[in-house]
Order: sequence, then C-alpha cells, then structure tokens
Amino acid sequence: MSRTAVTRPRAPRAHARPARPPHGRRPGRTRTRHTRAAAVLLLPFLALFVLCFLAPLGYAVYQSVHRTHRTGPLGLGGHPTETFAGLDNYAQALGDPTFLSGFGRVLLFGAVQIPLMIVLATALALLLESASARGVPFFRTAFFLPYGVPGVIASLLWGFLYVPGISPLVEIAGHLGVQIDFLARDTVLWSLANIVTWQFTGYNMLVLIAQLKAVPPELYEAARIDGANAWHLARHIKIPLIRPALVLTGVFSIIGTLQLFAEPMVLRPLASAIDSGYTPNLHAYSEAFTGDNPHLAAAEAVLLALVACVLSFGFLRLTAGRGTDRG
Amino acid sequence: MTTPPLRHRILTASLLTVAALYFLTPVYWLAVSATKNTADLFGTFGFWFAHPHPLDRLGAVLTYDHGVYVRWFANSLLYAGIGATAATLLAAAAGFALAKYPFRGRETVFRVVLAGVLLPGTALALPLYFLFSDLGLADTYWAVLLPGTVSPFGVYLCRIYATAAVPDALLEAARIDGAGESRIFATLGLRLMTPALVTVFLFQFVHIWNNYFLPLVMLSDSRLYPVQLGLTTWTGYADRHPVLYQYTVGGALLSVVPLMILMTVLQRYWRTGLADGGLKA
Repeated sequence: MSRTAVTRPRAPRAHARPARPPHGRRPGRTRTRHTRAAAVLLLPFLALFVLCFLAPLGYAVYQSVHRTHRTGPLGLGGHPTETFAGLDNYAQALGDPTFLSGFGRVLLFGAVQIPLMIVLATALALLLESASARGVPFFRTAFFLPYGVPGVIASLLWGFLYVPGISPLVEIAGHLGVQIDFLARDTVLWSLANIVTWQFTGYNMLVLIAQLKAVPPELYEAARIDGANAWHLARHIKIPLIRPALVLTGVFSIIGTLQLFAEPMVLRPLASAIDSGYTPNLHAYSEAFTGDNPHLAAAEAVLLALVACVLSFGFLRLTAGRGTDRG
Repeated sequence: MTTPPLRHRILTASLLTVAALYFLTPVYWLAVSATKNTADLFGTFGFWFAHPHPLDRLGAVLTYDHGVYVRWFANSLLYAGIGATAATLLAAAAGFALAKYPFRGRETVFRVVLAGVLLPGTALALPLYFLFSDLGLADTYWAVLLPGTVSPFGVYLCRIYATAAVPDALLEAARIDGAGESRIFATLGLRLMTPALVTVFLFQFVHIWNNYFLPLVMLSDSRLYPVQLGLTTWTGYADRHPVLYQYTVGGALLSVVPLMILMTVLQRYWRTGLADGGLKA
C-alpha cells in the first residue's frame, strides 16, 4: 500500500506514515492559517464526540460515586438529595454474585466463541483464496450476508429455529432419534454463541480476505518454486501476513462479547435459564430501569468499560509482544 | 497459476458448500416462513412452503395497526440514513484535518478519538440516557440521531486514507491558485477520499440500523421506534395475539432485505475500506 511520496522542497511530510509533530519550519502565518483551518474542520466532530462519548463517560463516573436518598415515591434519576457515596456503588456491584457470574459467563463465552469464530473465518478466507474463481463471489456473499441481519432479527430468527414445536431443526433431529434442547440451562449459552458466530464470521472473513489480497503474489510464487504446498503456504506465509487483521478482529470481538445484550434479551422469554443478570449489560439495564438504581447501573457501566479496555489493551500487548515487528 | 488437483478442488467445494448451508439456512427459513399464516407457521414443516401467499402476508404486515410497521421502517431509514451521512461528513472533515494540518496536540486528539473506537457502545448508552434525559433530549428523534453522527472509527479510517491518497503537492498547488482551506477540503479532499467515505457510510449505516440497545434505552414513544424495537414489541404481545408471530416473521424479512441488497451490491467498498483500515492497524 505504500504510495510514491510526492516530494516537495519545504514539506518533508508527504509519506503515508503517521505524521510526526511539526518542526516549526513553516512560516508563522501559514501555520496560523492551518491551525484555524484544522480547528474549523475538527470542531463539529469534536463537539459531538464530547457530547456523545466523553460527557456520558464523565457523567457515568460522577453518578457512580453518588447515591440518591429517596424521600418520595419512585422517581428516576431524581434530584432531591444526591450525596457522595465514594466507592460504595462499586463495592455493591462487585459484591453482587449475579453481576459477577454474568461477567464470568461472558468471559467463558468469549474464551470459546471468539477463537472458534476466528478460526472458522480464517479457514473460510483461505479456502476462498485457494478455490477456483468460479463460485467464489457467490460463496463470499453467502458468508457475508448474515452481517446484514441485525442482532435482534438474528436472535428472533434463531429463536424460531430453537423452540421445539416450530423448529424444523428439532423436528429433523427428532426423526433421526436425537433429542436436542437448544434452550436448556446448560446449552443456551452455546445457542447464543451460535447466533453471534453466524452473524459475524463472514464479516471477519472479509477483513481477512482484504488483507490476504494485499499480499504480493510474487511471494506465493517464490514459495511454490521452493516446493511449498497449500498447507505450508497457509501456515507459514498467509497466516503470519494477516496477523494484523487477526489481531483487529480479535479486539473487536472481545469488545463485542462483553456487550452481549440483544441476543439474550430476545431469547429471554424462550429460555428460563436467562435471567435479568445473565450478562453484565442485562444486569446494568435492569438495575437502571426495573431496579430504579441509576447509580449502581452507572458503576456497572464504568466497570464494563474498564474491563473492555483492560482486555483489549491486554490482548494488543500480548499479540504485539510476540514476534513480529510488522505494523 | 497452476490448477490444484481434482481431489483438492472437490474437498474445497464441499467445505464451502457446507458453510454456505449454515449461513443461508436461517435466511431460507425466514423467506419460506414469511409466506405462511400463523397456523401453518406452527403446524407445518419449517423448511417447506404451505399455502404460500407472499403478497397477502406481507401486505398484512404493512397495514397492521394503521401501518405502524411502515412508520418504524421510515424511522430506521431516517436514523441510519441521516446519521450515517452526517457521520461520514464529520469524519471526513476531522480525518482530513488530522492528516493534512500539523498543529500542536494533533496526536493527542487522535489518540483520544482512537480510544473512542475501543469503548463499548452499550457501556455508553446508559450514561448517555441519563445525560440526555437531564437535557430533555431522551425520547426524541435526537436521542438516536445525535449519537449516530459520531464515528471515531470513521475518523481513523479517513485520516489514514487522506494521508495516503491526498498529495500535499496538490493542496499546495490549490493554495497557490488562491483557493481557501474550506474550499480545498470540499472540492479536492472529499473527491479524493470518496472510496473511504463510501466505506465509512456503509459501516455507520449498518451500525445504526443494527443498534438495538440505544433506542431501547432512549425511546418509550413507540412512534419513534426503529424497526428492530418495533418487532420486539410485537413478539412481546404475541402470546395474546398469535397473529403477531406471523407479522414478526414477515416484518423481519422485510427489514432484512434492503440491507442485504446494500451489502451485496456494495461489497467491493467493504473490502477496500477494510483493507485500508486493517492493514495499518
């Protein structure tokens, strides 16, 4: 992807790399003009970014260290007496076994589902790369299609395919003499994992294909001349080269998994195992709306964001530390 | 390129077919079931037709409850269409500024925006609701529209793309010709960044269209609902009005079709954008 840098005598920054801070070589007037232009272009985005990202984050932190003393009947986010509560809300959230087990559940979910999905996406990307040209566009589109199905619709859809009495899958399995219950206490988590895998494998596959396409073909030719077979090619050339994309899909999957909400929310009426604290997000949502405790919900939202940050940065660290200096 | 051996090709084709079956079966079930009435939905084999009357069935979805479904659909289009357009323009301007104008604190701004990419959206939705209800914005169109106009990932993509695709020499030439900075962005910048902008638009459109948590938290007036939220209220009542099962299935199919067309037709742009975003990550 490196582009020929357009060289110009006085501006040594025409490269496709992240730019360094200015060295102050430009005349002052140009710089003022540029700063003003940058401000005009940046401000609309930044204003909305502050309103929709930073302000709620700050507000959540503020709310999470306060509590409301209710004097009257129910009042959501009522002002009357708001007092500083320190870390009480955090202590309460972390002392709540339901909230903690929700976290444990999404971590278990992620530990199984994310590797499975990424392996599947990688396998499909490599298969499509090596398949003969005919049929490839059809398969690629077929795999990618579920990404266009919103989580809610996907869950409704699979819900119908899980419920005994309406599901043709259960019916077919029954004819074959297999009794399956997709919604039982110990299977429903994996039924949810299936919905997520179904939705996002094709998307991740497309990310990987995009990076595979960027590998110079001469590299394959050279390896083939050296006698590498398809498996060697995949194992020793393709997979190392798509590492950055694999890391990217991993990070986004981790963040997505922690937020698991729509799927269990939709399947909840169908599966008794899914309670109001099934995932951390469900728990925070019920605390805010049915439990009428926005302060606790805010603390839980902050904790969720923190865990997401720690896990995704940790994952980036872990993958960056191992081996390559690429990227 | 040499052709791989036949055995190899058969194996590849069968694996791809199995995968395609997995990904397409639920969609096929949806298409078949949308042509059934409620009795057949429960009483007949799910993977085959029974008394198919697709137009009548889908017509019933559209007219039920004074055409509320059409309203929800229009809301979804409004949220996703306007939100994604605004997000794309804002991200283009911000990305262009971050790529092409050196100023103090630039990298700090960029890093803060990047951190926004990693923030889980639903962790923000609850606090955003508390904030918006204090501002009197909750339960209005703005409550879903405004957050949709912010795409940190779009800024990231636009900056990378502008750095690579907009040559400084061209900007300098335009400046010598007397063009102002805003004109340079509006004419040169936007045009050269078009492929990236299509990608940002697509991502944001799907992101808003698929978002469930934010409208669920923000909206209580059902006239403001997007399709997804509307459909879940139907399933909520389906125990008492079984015909709503049929409408949910039909409504789900109708809501999925436009996005599927968008994704199939514009697939090329997904890959371009992903290559640019993924490579430099």
